[in-house]
Amino acid sequence: MSGTTLWAAVLAGSLGCYLLKLAGLSVPAAWVEQPWVARIVDFVPAALLAALVAVQAATSGQQLVIDGRLVGLAVAALALALRAPFIVVLVLAGAAGALVHLLA
Amino acid sequence: MSAPTRSTVRDSIGLGLAVGLYGVAFGAAADAAGLHVWQAVTLSALMFTGASQFALVGVLGAGGSALAAAGSALLLGTRNTVYGVRLVPLLQPKGVLRRVGPAHWVIDETTAMALAAPNRALGRLAFLVTGATIYLTWNAMTAVGALGAAGLGDSARAALDAVVPAAFLALLWPRLRSSFPEAATQRRVALGGAVVALALTPFVPPGVQVIAAVVAVALAGRPRTGGRATAAEEMR
Repeated sequence: MSGTTLWAAVLAGSLGCYLLKLAGLSVPAAWVEQPWVARIVDFVPAALLAALVAVQAATSGQQLVIDGRLVGLAVAALALALRAPFIVVLVLAGAAGALVHLLA
Repeated sequence: MSAPTRSTVRDSIGLGLAVGLYGVAFGAAADAAGLHVWQAVTLSALMFTGASQFALVGVLGAGGSALAAAGSALLLGTRNTVYGVRLVPLLQPKGVLRRVGPAHWVIDETTAMALAAPNRALGRLAFLVTGATIYLTWNAMTAVGALGAAGLGDSARAALDAVVPAAFLALLWPRLRSSFPEAATQRRVALGGAVVALALTPFVPPGVQVIAAVVAVALAGRPRTGGRATAAEEMR
């Protein structure tokens, strides 16, 4: 992807996200506080973030791939369940990924 | 400074520093996705909403189009609109100028801290102190992460590849904890989102499966009637 296209994504995304924030302070509350709107907004992050976790950990292009990233993810999940600080979670995941890379 | 004021400032700075440090993971993820250091820094300065930033670089890193990347960032940005609505009674923004500035700092953490404060004055203070602390550290740490990752050698790249999905998981994790409102439903939706994304991966252009995963929200079912605990109020 060209630098120009990347910049377009960066700038358009930033402008859009800012306008979404500004809208909250500007539009009548009743527009946003519809039960269905609130319901969808509450659950969009779970759906999208989980999709991103899956795509980042187990795909490459259009292929499903199993490699060190999945091992790192499992280690991260364990560390999160044990309430490790985020930096520890990331270091452990990285170490696990690097180890698999060395052994494979 | 009175005791409640001191405690509000202390809590806001503490949370702000902890969250801002996470910028290092964003900077590294942006570099792993092929973004220039300046693009990572621009995102933190101008987009300034973590989940959306991670989504944008995640989709680009997966080979997605600019449209899919910006689209997923916007989908995640919708929750800031809801936060803004909740903050209006507290911030009472009068006129355009009082909206355009504070709007930039309307994110998960500032909303949670502002709404948790004991009164309106302390709520505004919590919003501003949390916002300023996160803005400064998040941007500085983004630069550190992007520059640091750009200097990594080949073997360290494999480590970074494993760090990126872990960073996404850490972002998702608080929503799955049993203390989060409707945690069981959040988990169901998350599982659905992951399954939809993986199932579509072989058949759609990269990045599109992430946007399509939003259909998993249907698994949440109908809105519950009666009092609803909001995510922002329960985030702490």
